[in-house]
Amino acid sequence: MPEPLLAVEHLSVEIPTRRGVLAAIDDVSFAIEPGEVLGVVGESGAGKSITGAAIIGLLDPPSRIAGGRIVFAGRRIDDLSDAAMRPLRGKEIGAIFQDPLTSLNPLYTVGRQLVETIRVHLGLDRSAARRRALALLQDVGIPAPEQRIDHYPHQFSGGMRQRIVIALALAANPRLVIADEPTTALDVSIQAQIIALLKRLTREHGTAVMLVTHDMGVIAETADRVAVMYAGRIVEIGPVRAVVKEPRHPYTVGLMGAIPALGLRRERLPQIDGAMPPLSAIPSGCAFHPRCPKVFARCRGERPELLPVGSGAAACWLHAEALGKRP
Amino acid sequence: MAPDEAAPGALRRLADSDLFWSFRRSPVTVVAAVVTVLLLLGAALAPVLAPHDPYDLASLDLLQARDPPAWEAGGDWSFPLGTDDQGRDVLSSILYGLRLSLLVGVSAVLLALALGVGLGLLAGYAGGWIDTLIMRIADVQLSFPAILVALLVDGVARSLLPHDRQDQTAVYVVVLAIASSIWVQFARTVRGSTLVERAKEYVQAARIIGVHPAAIAWRHVLPNAMGPVLVIATINLAIAILTEASLSFLGLGLPVTQPSLGTLIRIGDNYIFSGEWRWMLLYPAIALASLTLAVNLLGDWLRDAFNPKLR
Amino acid sequence: MTQEAEAPLLRVEGLARHFDVSPPLLNRLLERRGRVLLKAVDGVDFAVRRGETFALVGESGCGKSTVARVIVGLHAPTRGRVLFAGTDLARPAPSAERRRLRRRLQMIFQDPYASLNPRWRVRDIVAEPLRTHGLCDGEGAVRARVDELLGEVRLAAADGDKYPHEFSGGQRQRISIARALAATPDFLVCDEPTSALDVSVQAQILNLMKDLQRELGLTYLFISHNLAVVYHVSTMVGVMYLGRLVELAATADLFAAPRHPYTRLLLATVPDLALSGRARAPLAGEVPSPIDPPAGCAFHPRCAYANDRCRRERPELRQAGRSRVACHAVEEGRLPAEG
Repeated sequence: MPEPLLAVEHLSVEIPTRRGVLAAIDDVSFAIEPGEVLGVVGESGAGKSITGAAIIGLLDPPSRIAGGRIVFAGRRIDDLSDAAMRPLRGKEIGAIFQDPLTSLNPLYTVGRQLVETIRVHLGLDRSAARRRALALLQDVGIPAPEQRIDHYPHQFSGGMRQRIVIALALAANPRLVIADEPTTALDVSIQAQIIALLKRLTREHGTAVMLVTHDMGVIAETADRVAVMYAGRIVEIGPVRAVVKEPRHPYTVGLMGAIPALGLRRERLPQIDGAMPPLSAIPSGCAFHPRCPKVFARCRGERPELLPVGSGAAACWLHAEALGKRP
Repeated sequence: MAPDEAAPGALRRLADSDLFWSFRRSPVTVVAAVVTVLLLLGAALAPVLAPHDPYDLASLDLLQARDPPAWEAGGDWSFPLGTDDQGRDVLSSILYGLRLSLLVGVSAVLLALALGVGLGLLAGYAGGWIDTLIMRIADVQLSFPAILVALLVDGVARSLLPHDRQDQTAVYVVVLAIASSIWVQFARTVRGSTLVERAKEYVQAARIIGVHPAAIAWRHVLPNAMGPVLVIATINLAIAILTEASLSFLGLGLPVTQPSLGTLIRIGDNYIFSGEWRWMLLYPAIALASLTLAVNLLGDWLRDAFNPKLR
Repeated sequence: MTQEAEAPLLRVEGLARHFDVSPPLLNRLLERRGRVLLKAVDGVDFAVRRGETFALVGESGCGKSTVARVIVGLHAPTRGRVLFAGTDLARPAPSAERRRLRRRLQMIFQDPYASLNPRWRVRDIVAEPLRTHGLCDGEGAVRARVDELLGEVRLAAADGDKYPHEFSGGQRQRISIARALAATPDFLVCDEPTSALDVSVQAQILNLMKDLQRELGLTYLFISHNLAVVYHVSTMVGVMYLGRLVELAATADLFAAPRHPYTRLLLATVPDLALSGRARAPLAGEVPSPIDPPAGCAFHPRCAYANDRCRRERPELRQAGRSRVACHAVEEGRLPAEG
């Protein structure tokens, strides 16, 4: 069995504050195979963006990795210094962030930013780098790239800017791209275009993608597998079809139910009462237990680990009972 | 609901707050605060602390003029820091001078604040020609150095007032002169904040509810626009004190009968080539410098404490 | 009274709102440029009946938020009029009368963080309409009514003493709703009220809004870019593009048989959670700027069915089956029917 491209093992990230240390991510483990698209879905405060930031080494201090390891292509990367991380970042692991306006430097032309990235990571000379930049712009669908390569970011629309960001992320042909809410800031009709572009390009280059988003619809269309996060933990993980059509964890069930869908008109949307707990007040045992319609005694005291169920896994004691695992 | 379960009182909230915590963490700020408080107390309690009354012309004895401080030869413990050219006790003069400097400084800042915040709020909220008018006046004024504006106002006031009233009204004139040189910064900052807040949805909500525009400006926008004002006020307090000292040093501020620290420095300045400058010039200068530095440092800390990005 | 019950509660006629975004006078003189007009809303007509939820959908820049703001009085219309309960809101009326009328129209905003004054306690925020219009007699009555309103939005009376920053996004929207209800409105304009909220919180707020509509007999104008949400909450839908209405229909009709090419595009972009394998067919092109809209039909540069007439002549809303559509291709029968 080939080893996974990225393996995250028992990762924890903490944020020291004046009032104590908060656990932003608490013992999270997952793997991404080469060429696979893993969706990481969750609501705000679930810790999905911090997971992406930790992997690529861009955690904002004072946040820091408190435990576990991150292994990329067989090599441990969570303990690398910033200098050691820099050649990896961009060349092996690319990043796409949410806001295309701030991802691009407004003072430099698009061409200059592309060429700089290409030269740093691929060591090409200036004219070769420019040719490659033009090819990339063509590939991401920027019309008339020969003229537009010398334009500034503000001269492009939001959708075009995001295409350029994708071009930048893929410029050095990385093996893994971390995309953090790449379509959230865009209009609905543009979102569809960008998703299609991302899918095509990553399939063509065989790039693996970690797609972080709150939008289940985007995940359903793009990802091969999906991990559902809640209060800094993974509560369910599995193939996209399985998780979307037959969710096993009560939170995932509630989440899928709460999404309004065409074709079925209901009087009330099934809702999950309460709200995600703040980092300073995460409940004991299973973090979801105060809101869970199926809670029982074990949930309050013991935190469930990811237990295999169906074709995936869910962190829920309901399935331990089913498997015959007694406390 | 029992009283101690209610929302914590204001003092408790202050002690728990991020502001107080950042204060405790910075030794420089704590020292600056201590110095300021000491100087404030000295100034407030001047009538009690000062061994003599430097304004009482009858008690001055020219024979005791230009005496050195008590620990030197020729000094006397009844004049601990020595005397000036009129026989006034330097320590008493410094204490009373501090008092005047602080009085004038604080009054000028308060007046500038009232004027600047009011005009800034009006300009920002009303917009249109009112905004343009106020801002152009502010721009014109900013093209002059503050001290020149103060001199101008001072000079105009003097020429308008009858000569025998000038000493009594000097304090008011100086306060007005300084306030007119520093109001612009308040106005511009508050106008900027007002423009930002005015675009926010809670102001729109108030308009939809039907609240009168003046009520919206006063009750909704102003509390949210006042944030930077405290920092500006503190920093401008140091500027106001120095401006007053400069005016007095030039002989245009407070009269010799009500010497402020600036006047004392001017007097001491005359003796710079003799040995007496050591107490007639140096000690008032140290007092002025300490006060200005301490207030400035407090202002710096406030500005950093309120800047969320530096936390 | 019966007459009012049958006539629409809100009617918008030929509404237009333009913004002057010209460069300053000096620049215009030096660079010889003319005035630049942003036509945010360019001729919109619709009516909302009492008890209905009318949704305005479209992407950013289509003018739906501007329509909301004109209706509620934040902007004056450049052209056209807004009739509420039969009365033109712009025409000068005795101001007490006009205030009473305006009070019945309230608004809920998109951003839960900017829509509450951060320095006011929740109690005062919710009480403001009561105090402004003198709806309660004395502070005791105000307090009691505030507690009642907080209860209606499923918050505790003790929450009144707190400040907005102590609440989550969903709770802040509840506070906004409580404030809007304090004025005892008939009509609530909701500008993307759940777009900034998480999915599970959105479900809570949408359910709350439906309950309140039933309990208090409210009428909603619901602005959104999310078609799935619109499908769930609305009874009538208007689709906007570049300041104009391109299709107007009952919700069931619009989703079952969308006619305008833009409506079809929008529907095709709704993610398919049933994973039926329906391919999303992304349409090329960007939404053009409302400062320089295309001539004729605003959608023609992106439309597969555009002909010469579309490039020259602006289509009007015409009846087509059970919907009203502004499209020459539909009128001429050139558009294939969709199942």
